Amino acid sequence: MALLEVRDLSVVFQRKGEEPFRAVDGVSFDVEPGQTVGLVGESGCGKSVTSLAIMGLLPKRGATVTGTVTYDGTDLLKLSDKQMRDKRGSELGMVFQDPLSSLNPVVPIGLQVTEVLERHRGMPRKEAMIEAKDLLDKVGIPDPNRRLKEYPHQLSGGMRQRALIAIALACRPKLLIADEPTTALDVTIQAQILSLMKELVQDLGTALVMITHDLGVVAGLCDEVNVLYGGKVVEKAMRHKLFAEPRHPYTHGLLASIPRLDAAPGEKLTPIRGSVADNIPWTSACAFAPRCPNALDVCVQVTPPEEDQLGRLLRCHNPVVPGTPAAEEVPV
Amino acid sequence: MLRYTIRRLVQLVGVVLVLSLLLFAWMRSLPGGPVSALLGERATPESREALTKQLGLDQPIFVQYFKFLGRAASGDFGVSTGVQPGDSALDIFLQRFPATIELSFFAIVIAIAVGVPLGYLAAKRRGGWFDNFSVIGSLIGVAVPVFFLAYVLKDVASDALGLPSFGRQGDIDATRVTGFFTLDGLLTGEFDATLDALEHLILPAIALATIPFAVIFRITRAAVLDVLDEDFVRTAESKGLTAPVIRRRHVLRNSMLPVVTTIGLQTGALLSGAVLTEKVFVIPGVGQALAIGFERRDYPVLLLLIIMATIVYVVVNLLVDLSYALIDPRIRTR
Repeated sequence: MALLEVRDLSVVFQRKGEEPFRAVDGVSFDVEPGQTVGLVGESGCGKSVTSLAIMGLLPKRGATVTGTVTYDGTDLLKLSDKQMRDKRGSELGMVFQDPLSSLNPVVPIGLQVTEVLERHRGMPRKEAMIEAKDLLDKVGIPDPNRRLKEYPHQLSGGMRQRALIAIALACRPKLLIADEPTTALDVTIQAQILSLMKELVQDLGTALVMITHDLGVVAGLCDEVNVLYGGKVVEKAMRHKLFAEPRHPYTHGLLASIPRLDAAPGEKLTPIRGSVADNIPWTSACAFAPRCPNALDVCVQVTPPEEDQLGRLLRCHNPVVPGTPAAEEVPV
Repeated sequence: MLRYTIRRLVQLVGVVLVLSLLLFAWMRSLPGGPVSALLGERATPESREALTKQLGLDQPIFVQYFKFLGRAASGDFGVSTGVQPGDSALDIFLQRFPATIELSFFAIVIAIAVGVPLGYLAAKRRGGWFDNFSVIGSLIGVAVPVFFLAYVLKDVASDALGLPSFGRQGDIDATRVTGFFTLDGLLTGEFDATLDALEHLILPAIALATIPFAVIFRITRAAVLDVLDEDFVRTAESKGLTAPVIRRRHVLRNSMLPVVTTIGLQTGALLSGAVLTEKVFVIPGVGQALAIGFERRDYPVLLLLIIMATIVYVVVNLLVDLSYALIDPRIRTR
């Protein structure tokens, strides 16, 4: 059985006097123990909301979560507040996007690490401090004894993210969710953080859900990839398969819009036209249709069903034919 | 930090000098004066002239001012002409100061003890009935004049609760050590005296606390609302920490800067409130002396009391500024 089974997860935000907004719309995926699964998509596709829903971190008022999130045999969505608090930080860890704002500015790094050890492993402060030193050491923070006493503003961006990773992994969780952990960092630091995460999840046997808009991150890390668009999974495949042969026009477009080192100088990039704001509801259409180069009449009339094609899940009326080069050039 | 403190204390000397000069000029530009106040309307010009001379008021104002400074430097702030005629202004201040400090201290403690938790709860339940109710309550707290509430407490609540309707007077048989009635009882072991002092203090302190309470409540609520939206609170939640730890260590600690600033600023408001409260509850404090002093144009007493109030205000706000560094390490290391 999978470690995490997300089935038909939907999140609807409802504000007084406003139309309800379906941020996540029937998302399903599995994570096996020790596996790394990517959730990929551009801003607003529902990937962060999915992760917050799994962690039970969405606001109680205004957000309705339906579906099931089965972790180790129990549905997390049915747990009480207290039961969920016991799971968070111990069995489920999370790393956030912006390491500066995600750390408490007025509490020393050491205490921010030890508090999670004290909470879940019942360690006294002194013992937890020794453990925290080892943890900082393990995530590659030099001079950990000094850093324990320092505050977040005294650390560099990369070190802060390392500290957040140390916090998330302090209790050796079975599942780690990383929500764009490298977006706020320099490119050189990004690579360091990614290889650190890869190493740590392998050592600890932790399963990882990697949320990103960066296909480079996916290529280096993920076993399986879910491409999200408008709150739905539009394509799901193993990494090699997805990169070698993207079938959904959105996935295809994402890959085509990455600059390549082997491209001829002066060659134009192929962006996906329009923005998420052009989405139409999934109710009786494909949300991506207004931006899709392959769109047919049927795409704005019928919701494409999810189809299983030889181990690849695809939600498209007119998928890209394998071997198609990047779609028509759009002037930027 | 030390250099900063010293610089602020030097500034304080400047503030006091300028203030004393302004007060000197302002008070002498008020209609009437100590002579009319002491001798009444029908005094003969001769007696008026004699008293004017005796008080030194016939001299040019600069001469008066520098004479005052010279005497003040050796601890002589002149003799009261109106509040307690014949007593030295310094004695009057020393007699009355503890009562006012005690009253203000209890008022601000009540305001903080009620305002901060309520502000936190209201922010936590933003938009709920508790939030709306407390926001309206705090508006009423600011809007109701202190003297009105003081009279309500004095005449209605004191009966209902069986509490004394006047403040502690100086003429009690408990041993005086510091002049603070509540503290003296504890120091000498006369706990019944402390209890008695507290009973006399509770209603005036509540009356005086309403405005600072309302302001502290509103500022806490706003500050907590800001912090609750911060990423690091979400991180704390993702660690599965217990609610009390998140509240204390992650939310309240980050909300305290504006609250502490407010507490400092409110000490000024507290003093003006104390004038009214002491009047209503007949507390022999600085506020009462100020009120009488103005009626009778008691220049030496007014000057000393206002300067002392200023010093208290500046020192409290210096402590507030220093406490920033305790609360926020980013200020400390700058």
